[in-house]
Amino acid sequence: MEPQERSMEAAAVPQELPPDHGVHELFGYVGIEAVLEQMKVKTMKMGFEFNIMVVGQSGLGKSTMVNTLFKSKVSRKASQPGQEERIPKTVQLQSVTHVIEEKGVKMKLTVTDTPGFGDQINNENCWDPIIKYINEQYERYLREEILITRKRKIPDSRVHGCVYFIPPTGHWLRPLDLEFMRRLSKIVNVVPVIAKADTLTLEEREEFKQRIQRDLKAHAISVYPQEDFDEDPDDRLLNDRIREKIPFAVVGADQEHQVNGKRVLGRKTKWGIIEVENPAHCEFPMLRDLLIRSHLQDLKDITHNVHYESYRVRRLNESNRPALSSNNGLPGRDEDGDESNL
Amino acid sequence: MATISYKADGVFYVCCSGLFWRRAQKCTGRIYNICTNLCTDCVVGCTWEVFRVWREKYILHENDTNCVFFLAFQGEGCRTVPLSGHVGFDSLPDQLVNKSVNHGFCFNILCVGETGLGKSTLMDTLFNTKFEGDPASHSQPGVQLKSSTYDLQESNVNLKLTIVSTVGFGDQINKEDSYKPIVEFIDAQFEAYLQEELKIKRVLHNYHDTRIHACLYFIAPTGHSLKSLDLVTMKKLDSKVNIIPIIAKSDAISKSELTKFKIKITSELVSNGVQIYQFPTDDESVAEINGTMNAHLPFAVIGSTEELKIGNKMMKARQYPWGTVQVENEAHCDFVKLREMLIRVNMEDLREQTHTRHYELYRRCKLEEMGFKDTDPDSKPFSLQETYEAKRNEFLGELQKKEEAMRQMFVQRVKEKEAELKEAEKELHEKFDRLKKLHQDEKKKLEDKKKSLDDEVNAFKQRKTAAELLQSQAQQAGGSQTLKRDKERKN
Repeated sequence: MEPQERSMEAAAVPQELPPDHGVHELFGYVGIEAVLEQMKVKTMKMGFEFNIMVVGQSGLGKSTMVNTLFKSKVSRKASQPGQEERIPKTVQLQSVTHVIEEKGVKMKLTVTDTPGFGDQINNENCWDPIIKYINEQYERYLREEILITRKRKIPDSRVHGCVYFIPPTGHWLRPLDLEFMRRLSKIVNVVPVIAKADTLTLEEREEFKQRIQRDLKAHAISVYPQEDFDEDPDDRLLNDRIREKIPFAVVGADQEHQVNGKRVLGRKTKWGIIEVENPAHCEFPMLRDLLIRSHLQDLKDITHNVHYESYRVRRLNESNRPALSSNNGLPGRDEDGDESNL
Repeated sequence: MATISYKADGVFYVCCSGLFWRRAQKCTGRIYNICTNLCTDCVVGCTWEVFRVWREKYILHENDTNCVFFLAFQGEGCRTVPLSGHVGFDSLPDQLVNKSVNHGFCFNILCVGETGLGKSTLMDTLFNTKFEGDPASHSQPGVQLKSSTYDLQESNVNLKLTIVSTVGFGDQINKEDSYKPIVEFIDAQFEAYLQEELKIKRVLHNYHDTRIHACLYFIAPTGHSLKSLDLVTMKKLDSKVNIIPIIAKSDAISKSELTKFKIKITSELVSNGVQIYQFPTDDESVAEINGTMNAHLPFAVIGSTEELKIGNKMMKARQYPWGTVQVENEAHCDFVKLREMLIRVNMEDLREQTHTRHYELYRRCKLEEMGFKDTDPDSKPFSLQETYEAKRNEFLGELQKKEEAMRQMFVQRVKEKEAELKEAEKELHEKFDRLKKLHQDEKKKLEDKKKSLDDEVNAFKQRKTAAELLQSQAQQAGGSQTLKRDKERKN
């Protein structure tokens, strides 16, 4: 009879009214904006996770930088007494996790250090362990995601941002830098910084930056903030301003000194005190603002929506291929899972 | 109030800063960076046993308010580090919220109820606007779902609101299958989301989520109890969607009847095991208000879009000869409570419950149905992919087998046909031979006859010639005889 037929129809996807409906006018206050507050409360309760990786040769001030960024001793400096002074034979990855809290916002911060990168005589393929590590984290997340009974909140250990330290030679990017950034910018957000920038004068800094930007453009390396992911004109404007200044010239310091009666973080030298947080001295505040204050969520979003998704596509296509090839050599479904050059 | 409790399975709950309960994940038993105002001891990096002893010594009882603990996260060397200055990530929630605002929100409400209970009017009243639509008739042959999407904007929040309404619910004579279209609809939305999630190339963050976040179940104001149709439908829906039952057109019930009605409804729901949506009470900022509201369920609401002048303000109300019912007057009806709960306090929680509870349940059931299962962590993980592969191979194998079978059949058929044709050919040949023979016989006969005829003709000819000759001779002889006679006469 009729009911059977009708029920089939009703199960279809709902039809939307013509999009020209436009924005519906509300005659009075409804209270929809309270959802923002609700969301805030929920996220604060859940806490945030942020995973950052620092890559660079030894002695460029990576651990100091991380300590300065997060204003706490999250990284153990290799130069401290009691630590092994040996350069490891292969690139090792050490992850340290801390929980930091500020004004009720809890963040689980994981800093991954890469001692041994670029320190050997023959540095070929020194990026392989790093790439393997990053892919492992994606793999872990993917496995959790495709379980039948999933956890309520999947623990996120994917690397959200990779800070690459460029030694302040003042000339150009070295082949190692180029190779590394080229390979990694495809799978993770890379933020290049000029380390120990207090060895360069302001003009030298400018020139160095210009050359680096030219090099990056010439090799088609897209570092964070990537141009392709700007969502709207406002974003684009903001990010363009940042892109002009990439890479940031930073100085790290974790000791406080007195300057004009104030206590500031800085490096004391015979010719003056370099204030880390003074935008006239170095660009550390800009890096901090970019990484933490304004673009942290963006870093996470791009990692989740872009890099993780492309890893997932690759992985799922990979496991399809062996099955297809055994099928009388028939061509499989046309997936353009681009086989990375890794 | 800070309390700490230890569970035997190695998971322990730590209350942080006296404010929230946090659940620490599987822990090796090490606790980091706990400090208390009671004593100067800092118990850092100790094992659970040591901590327990210390706790017994210093904390008088479980609910000692003087203790402040920093929580311990994963037990793999995760310490809480104090900050020595302002870092700035307290803007994180704001960053997240800004991103969501740019992205827009979506909220989907399903209104289930009999025709004429005021579903559309209530939606109009709730969202303070006029959604288009004509009132439905009672003569629908079956239950249908009508869905419409609207874009609402308030200050900087863009909300994509989808309202789905049942049309013809409760109007049929036989209502056994009335709940089915609704369940199918909800499942279809989950299925669409699941399909998107399982795709290889997917666009989840731009996906228009059509899953139903809240189901408002309209109960007719009979004043007695729930109808069996209501019970059956709610029972079918409670594991799929957040149900909020409301008493519609509640100006038809008096106050005393209303309390009795509410009690009856809640007891019936409980005795039938229907799980309606409970407003969350775990977050302390809303726990109180949610707790009291939970006691007021189901809400008795009245909807009206007409504005009348009451006192010196324009208010939404319904006018009767005996008085005016004000919609937003808490003494008259629970509309304000419904609006508070649904929109202003729990919208985000409704969405979260839909995603984490109902959708996960659906997903789990669906995947198990398809034959996937999680392998234990020791054996090779990535079971979904393996099962996919296995299934795919199986399927391909089956296909191949089928192909083979079909091929065989085809070959068989061809053979048969060939044989048949050969038979036919043979027959034809035989027939041809026979005919030929027949022909030849005929021909021979005919020839014989012809021959004999010829012979006869020849014989006849001969005789004819012979006869002619004879005749001509006779004539000649006769002629000569007459000549002789003539000659004799002359002489």
